[in-house]
Amino acid sequence: MGAIMSFVGVLALVLIAILGAKANLHLVFGVLFPYAAVLTLLIGLTVRVVRWAKSPVPFRIPTTCGQQKSLPWIKHSRIENPTTIWGVLVRMFFEVFLFRSLFRNTKIEMHKGPHLAQGSSKWLWMAGLAFHWSFLIILIRHLRFFTEEVPFAVSVTEYLDSFLQIGVPLLYMTDLVILGAITFLYFRRVIIPQVSYISLPADYFPLVLIFSIAGSGVLMRYFTKTHIVGVKAYTMSLVSLRPMMSMPEGVGTIFWVHLFLVCVLFVYFPWSKLVHMAGVFMSPTRNMANNSRIVRHVNPWQTKYKGRTYVDYENDFREKMISVGVPVEKQESESAEPAAEKE
Amino acid sequence: MYDKGKVIVGLVVFLGFATFPFYNNIGKKSAVPEPNLKTPVIEQMVVKKCIEPKEIMRGEHMQILNQWRDTVVREGERKKMTIGGVEIDTSLQKGCLHCHSNKKKFCDACHNYLSVKPYCWDCHFDPKERDV
Repeated sequence: MGAIMSFVGVLALVLIAILGAKANLHLVFGVLFPYAAVLTLLIGLTVRVVRWAKSPVPFRIPTTCGQQKSLPWIKHSRIENPTTIWGVLVRMFFEVFLFRSLFRNTKIEMHKGPHLAQGSSKWLWMAGLAFHWSFLIILIRHLRFFTEEVPFAVSVTEYLDSFLQIGVPLLYMTDLVILGAITFLYFRRVIIPQVSYISLPADYFPLVLIFSIAGSGVLMRYFTKTHIVGVKAYTMSLVSLRPMMSMPEGVGTIFWVHLFLVCVLFVYFPWSKLVHMAGVFMSPTRNMANNSRIVRHVNPWQTKYKGRTYVDYENDFREKMISVGVPVEKQESESAEPAAEKE
Repeated sequence: MYDKGKVIVGLVVFLGFATFPFYNNIGKKSAVPEPNLKTPVIEQMVVKKCIEPKEIMRGEHMQILNQWRDTVVREGERKKMTIGGVEIDTSLQKGCLHCHSNKKKFCDACHNYLSVKPYCWDCHFDPKERDV
């Protein structure tokens, strides 16, 4: 259901972009939408992160996957159960760049008997890694449309990505990988009954959307062609904040589609599951050191307890104490002096 | 906000990267390249025409060159083509660059602008520049 709905949804978005191109609504699709989309992305992400940072995490709640630091002769797992900031940094590195926790993904199957079998399942991790890395490389590569002097890092990325020198324009490996990986991730949700059962439109939609963005890019580069000099003139005009008042001739409808879908992605990003891009850094089960037994952690909203001494107690109850004959340290006359001062 | 320091550093790094294209280019006016067609051969042509119209050449010239390379180098067959009544080899050096004898102002103008580095010049040597 969700799979079909998101498919139709993206198709509708493509149609909107085509209509925009046909009506030549450049000021809306080519100027207003891109700027609004970038602003939404940046402000939205910042707001989400600040909101997360405002929620207290009173305890250390890292998920520990190894031996805790204990007695000196028990081998401590420094990365899987970190006790220091350095351990956490290494752990976060593995999490962010290599999806360490997804690597632990397991599959559960019921066999005849009945007997339950559990085994390692790396496909999701592999496709996820392939998809995310391709996306990052593609993003970096696109900087060539947003910089006048293309930075060295960008040229190197491009060179390595097209290293196989297949066809012209040179085939980028990441173009194939990203389309393949998204296709896998999509069909994984459609075909595996358990995954399909828990999948929502919000799970399918980003996949279809990103597939369409990558697909339209691939079409533009290898097949239908666009007027690429015009495209760069346009993108440069956007980032130099002197936007063009009309789309350069020859860029074609497909560029409008590509651009509009990217705008939709940017706007959709901060309000959806895609915000895990920022969330991965903020997840307390990953970014906290397991040092509960080493450092004293005080609840951040704990009210300060000032304590109450015997002198306070006696000051409050002296009269009553004297009247029932309980011995006091200071007599009424002595303690009256500070009270007199107050007056 | 808890862990203010770390969160703010993270946000600043992210925003720094994300807005790089903007602060790097703000207010700059970049020159859009226009491939130069003024060469001795083209100037003399009565009908200034390439093998295909401009729009097709713009998008497909690399594929055309690739096909030529395949037929010449791999199939050993060098075909001729006619431009403005003149027979010319299907060849980068003797064909394209015969008329477009200004690589720097023609090929490189757009390629450099877009950071495209065609590997033509891994084998072919850079031609002598001849423009008007």
